[in-house]
Amino acid sequence: MMNERRRVLLKGAFLTGGTGLAMAIGLVAPKALLAAWPEKAFRSSDIVEALNNLLGASEYLESDAVSLNVPAIAENGAVVPVTLTSNLPNIRTLSIVVPTNPAPLVASVSIGPNGVGFVSTRIKMESTGDVLGIVESDGQLYMAREEVRVTVGGCG
Amino acid sequence: MASDTIRVRATADAEGVTTLQLLMSHEMETGRRRGPDGDLIPAHFIQEVTCEHNGQVVATAYFSGGVSRNPYLSLKFTGAKQGDSIRVSWTDNQGYDDSAEATIR
Repeated sequence: MMNERRRVLLKGAFLTGGTGLAMAIGLVAPKALLAAWPEKAFRSSDIVEALNNLLGASEYLESDAVSLNVPAIAENGAVVPVTLTSNLPNIRTLSIVVPTNPAPLVASVSIGPNGVGFVSTRIKMESTGDVLGIVESDGQLYMAREEVRVTVGGCG
Repeated sequence: MASDTIRVRATADAEGVTTLQLLMSHEMETGRRRGPDGDLIPAHFIQEVTCEHNGQVVATAYFSGGVSRNPYLSLKFTGAKQGDSIRVSWTDNQGYDDSAEATIR
């Protein structure tokens, strides 16, 4: 009797231990936002292919509801500050794309239900060209475009 | 938890929006640059940055080597308040990672 009970306890302890361990090494991480790094999208040299791989769509609307803040002239293409904001509803992703770069997709942020449509970072640009900010809202892509004149390229 | 590679600053405003500012120290090599010996320097860049609040992922950023060296990233989210703790972590393409925790001010 005593022995039986002990076995049950031991079994329980083992199970709890197992779950704890799984959590500690990240097996039970919240899955929703933890998709793997989208390698194909980042390796693509073509913006349409990159967007298709990343978001499953490549058609976007140029929209005033997306705003992109970049310098008009960047003396150093290795450090170009970019801020992308939007008040559109139900935003899932915000992406920064530089079509003239060897790999156009620079960064993409997935946000949860509490996320605000705001991303600010610093990127590299190989040459003078456009920066695109693409926001996915309610399953539709919205885009803003700004040109940056690059004095010294930063991809070299 | 202190981190050698991540500096985190998180502030909550009166409207309940938390602004997260991160500065990570990382080479961010694209794999296209050549070193002094003329050989390509292998790609080495942060691929993923995850921000968690109360154990929930609020945002995940995916980077290419096109993000500048020592990446700066700022994001905003709602549903957190001053005193809450947040956790930030990155992983790079060579399997290195780091994480840091901070309190929202």
